[in-house]
Amino acid sequence: MTPKLGAPPSAARTGVWVGMGAIAMSFAAYTSAMMVRREGAPDWHHFQLPSILYVNTVILLASSVALEVGRRRVGDDYEVRRAAHRYLSLAFGLGVAFLIGQVLAWRDLAAQGLFLATNPSSAFFYVFTAAHGLHLIGGLVGLAYVLRRVRLAVGPGTYGALGAVALYWHFMDALWLYLLGVLALWL
Amino acid sequence: MTTVSTPPPVAHHHGPPTRFIQKYIFSTDHKVIGKQYLGLALVAVTTGMVLSWYMRFHLAFPDAKAPGLGLITPEQYLQLMTMHGTIMVFFVLTTAPFAGFGNFFLPIHVGAEDMPFPHFNMMSFWVTLTAFLVLVTSFVVPEGPALAGWTAYAPLSAVGSGSGPGEGLGQTLWAISIAIFCIGQLLGGLNFICTVLDMRTKGLSLARLPYVTWAWFITSVIGLIAFSVLLPACILLILDRVAGTSFFIPAGLVVNDRLLNHAGGSPLLWQHLFWFFGHPEVYIAILPGFGIISTIMPAFARKPLLGPRVLIGCMAAIGFLSYTVWGHHMFLSGMNPTSAMGFSIPTLIITIPATIATLLWIGTLYGSRYRFTTAGLFCLGFISVFVTGGLSGFFLAQPSIDTYLHATYFVVAHFHFVMAVAAIFGIFAGTYFWFPKMFGRMMNETLGKWHFALTFTGVYGVFMPMHYLGLAGNVRRYSSFPAEYMGQALPLHRWITVAALFTGAVQLIFLYNLIRSRFAGEPAPDNPWEATSLEWSTSSPPPFDNFGGRHLVVSHGPDEYAVKGPRGDYIMQADPP
Amino acid sequence: MAKLFAVLVAFITIVSTAIFVAHTWWLPPDISVVGPSIDSQLLETMVAAGVLFVVSQFTLALFVWRVSDERKERPIRRFPGGATPLVVLATALVGIEVLALSLVGSKIWYNTFLAPVPANALKVDVQAGQFAFYFRYPGPDGTFGTPHPDKIDEGAGNFFGLDPANDIDARDDIVTAELAVPVNRPILLTMHAKDVSHSFYVPELRLQQDFVPGLVIPLHFTATQVAKTEIVCTQLCGLGHYNMKTYLEVMSAADFDKWLKDQAAQQ
Repeated sequence: MTPKLGAPPSAARTGVWVGMGAIAMSFAAYTSAMMVRREGAPDWHHFQLPSILYVNTVILLASSVALEVGRRRVGDDYEVRRAAHRYLSLAFGLGVAFLIGQVLAWRDLAAQGLFLATNPSSAFFYVFTAAHGLHLIGGLVGLAYVLRRVRLAVGPGTYGALGAVALYWHFMDALWLYLLGVLALWL
Repeated sequence: MTTVSTPPPVAHHHGPPTRFIQKYIFSTDHKVIGKQYLGLALVAVTTGMVLSWYMRFHLAFPDAKAPGLGLITPEQYLQLMTMHGTIMVFFVLTTAPFAGFGNFFLPIHVGAEDMPFPHFNMMSFWVTLTAFLVLVTSFVVPEGPALAGWTAYAPLSAVGSGSGPGEGLGQTLWAISIAIFCIGQLLGGLNFICTVLDMRTKGLSLARLPYVTWAWFITSVIGLIAFSVLLPACILLILDRVAGTSFFIPAGLVVNDRLLNHAGGSPLLWQHLFWFFGHPEVYIAILPGFGIISTIMPAFARKPLLGPRVLIGCMAAIGFLSYTVWGHHMFLSGMNPTSAMGFSIPTLIITIPATIATLLWIGTLYGSRYRFTTAGLFCLGFISVFVTGGLSGFFLAQPSIDTYLHATYFVVAHFHFVMAVAAIFGIFAGTYFWFPKMFGRMMNETLGKWHFALTFTGVYGVFMPMHYLGLAGNVRRYSSFPAEYMGQALPLHRWITVAALFTGAVQLIFLYNLIRSRFAGEPAPDNPWEATSLEWSTSSPPPFDNFGGRHLVVSHGPDEYAVKGPRGDYIMQADPP
Repeated sequence: MAKLFAVLVAFITIVSTAIFVAHTWWLPPDISVVGPSIDSQLLETMVAAGVLFVVSQFTLALFVWRVSDERKERPIRRFPGGATPLVVLATALVGIEVLALSLVGSKIWYNTFLAPVPANALKVDVQAGQFAFYFRYPGPDGTFGTPHPDKIDEGAGNFFGLDPANDIDARDDIVTAELAVPVNRPILLTMHAKDVSHSFYVPELRLQQDFVPGLVIPLHFTATQVAKTEIVCTQLCGLGHYNMKTYLEVMSAADFDKWLKDQAAQQ
């Protein structure tokens, strides 16, 4: 399928804001579910968060930085595009690294005997991190799409798409920081 | 006579698809997607209606064998009921007036060639269809479909097949289906919002949007928030069912003589999450109807809507307030009784914008030169049934009265009047109004008027008596009525069944009219109703890119009727200033 | 067609209102202390709703009738005053009604669900399970034994999972399948659910409350007349939901004492 020129830049941006609203709302729902569950249950066991989560956080923030640098460097010139493409690829790679790190965190918990159904706090840990991870994979798909566009040719639609993907990606960062806070404070 | 200008940003530059699959099946054309949604809704409403006939048959003749099903067992009754409610609310009332007509007409109303994300839009239909197929698969799994109602309260819906037939795989499929449905709606709503905000053609300010377009916009925003909460709820329910978690299941439950291994979950949590979605959902079902009536009535009254800004304000207010009232489904649920008053007051206040809107429609009718076409008649019928349905809500909104009326047929009467009747009348009005534009042919007006008159009478015959049943304490979701005090209600149930079967049969007139007109109806002109919004400035049906390459400039509001101009008594939105 | 519609609307309005007014199907007489106030609240709402129903449907019918002749040449007339009087009317009318109903209704609600329970209330423990209600009286010692879900044995009649062998308080608990109460005495029910959600509904008491698994919910009422009425489940609980019912017997104090003694002897 030949790449379409894409939606008008403003629509892509609006679209991401709308999507962010929906995702924020769903995590609000998960958060309130967690809060209710925590209040009601004598079986709420606090556990130590796997330390790799903090490493993953740094990785994710680094990927956002790389994405921003790459985004601002995109231009029509081939050399410029190649440089930008490198930063964007770095961002992509760091995103994948984050996800691998999350899986490692899960294995850490499993080694402690904490699985999805073990107790409510571990259940929410898996639910929160899985939900975030799934949405991040969506971000990776968007990033891959933009990577391909930058490699081929830079048109007016490219900036819009890049801006939209970057906005989404930074939102994933912010969401992760929020979740980390929730996990650290309440789990 | 329509004015054109330089092109605003457009969604695509390629030509129309030629291959059959791209044209009719996996199409990114919003018009095809709209028709696909309407087709799905038609299949869904037929299924849902047949299910209700079986329910009504059993209620009236509990010991008789139903055609094709034999003697209906209590669990089968509850399964019929659950599927009836689920299919109707999700796949008819959320689909037809919103995803169906909205997808077809929203881009045209704003003067665009398509939505900004056509592939997401296409996905939204196929995702919705997948959800429907997953749901109906539950009819054929060993334990049958879910029986916990469309509300699927935990723990009944969460503990699995131990709690009885209908709570096996069928309930899991229900939760999966609804989760998938949420995703479909989010993809679609995304498109609606971005189209309204970013794709409007030159001159089309928000104030000049047709009222139905406003309604679709507000509905998308409501839906965005609501479905984003239902999706997590369904996921947590699925986890409780298959992964051994206890989000909704407390400790110490003995189901089917077995002490369950769960602990600490909260059944009320499910109710809060569900109704936080569920109440806005019913406004998602009715607001497009508000918009349709507000758009169609001026065209047939030949005068502008009374109080246009007020109407839009009312729709927005209803949308906003819809998020503050969900606890009125839970007055007696065991939540803190003090919060009941906190939910009751906004519930009563929401009556105000609804009343104002109704008065605006009646005020538009006043002094009009009303053209009593079928579409015009359904608008008037909508007003009548919406008033009836709204007034019964007045009782239920008060916790002290709800103590008596909760879970009785009074509630069933209320929500059927506002949803099954009013919202459906909105769909009918939209169908008769827009069929010529969508298919290039006129529907038969004689058949339409018969359809209207018999349906209007029939629905009152079906649902008005349910108020009486409720006042007498007749409990809902019962497959039969062995309690002594409910025995007196049986004759009324028989009447309702006869009326329901009659009204159902009447819909065959509509179905016949649809099919016959599609293939043999009179060819439709561009603007058979002498209406003003942008869809009437293009051919019937519209070309692939909606306006044949033209980019219309809008210089007028959406209901400039009773205005002298070159066309007569109206000026179209795209006419010169 | 238009005139037919107007006539139809008027006819339907008249017939349905008449049936409401005639009380052809209506609430059973109340036998509860809160009954009269709930009934008067209901009646007030019904009158207000009824008036609005008749007025709005007839206005619709009238306006339709007046513009029903499509052939007549008529100037288009805007509603006198425009939208503003309608907005004011709706807001004022509904606003006042809402305020009034909320004020009065909140008192009734308070009395039913929030008021403190009188100290002399008779305590009855209620358990709802698929598909029956069971009631437990505390016996002469005045205390309930502890229920243990893992000890529930319906075949042996141990519906509450009591452990009389180890639990002294449980030894004199009286378990019944019907709820009997003395007249004119406050009754405090403590409601718990064995398996899924259920509900307790007695139309004559104008009382309804869900059972929620995991919660113990208090519910109190005072019956004002000797009567035998039905208790039905109103929260969908599975296939037997329609048949989940038992009886409430309101008795004189003397009859109740005798009944309780008889039940104790049968434990």
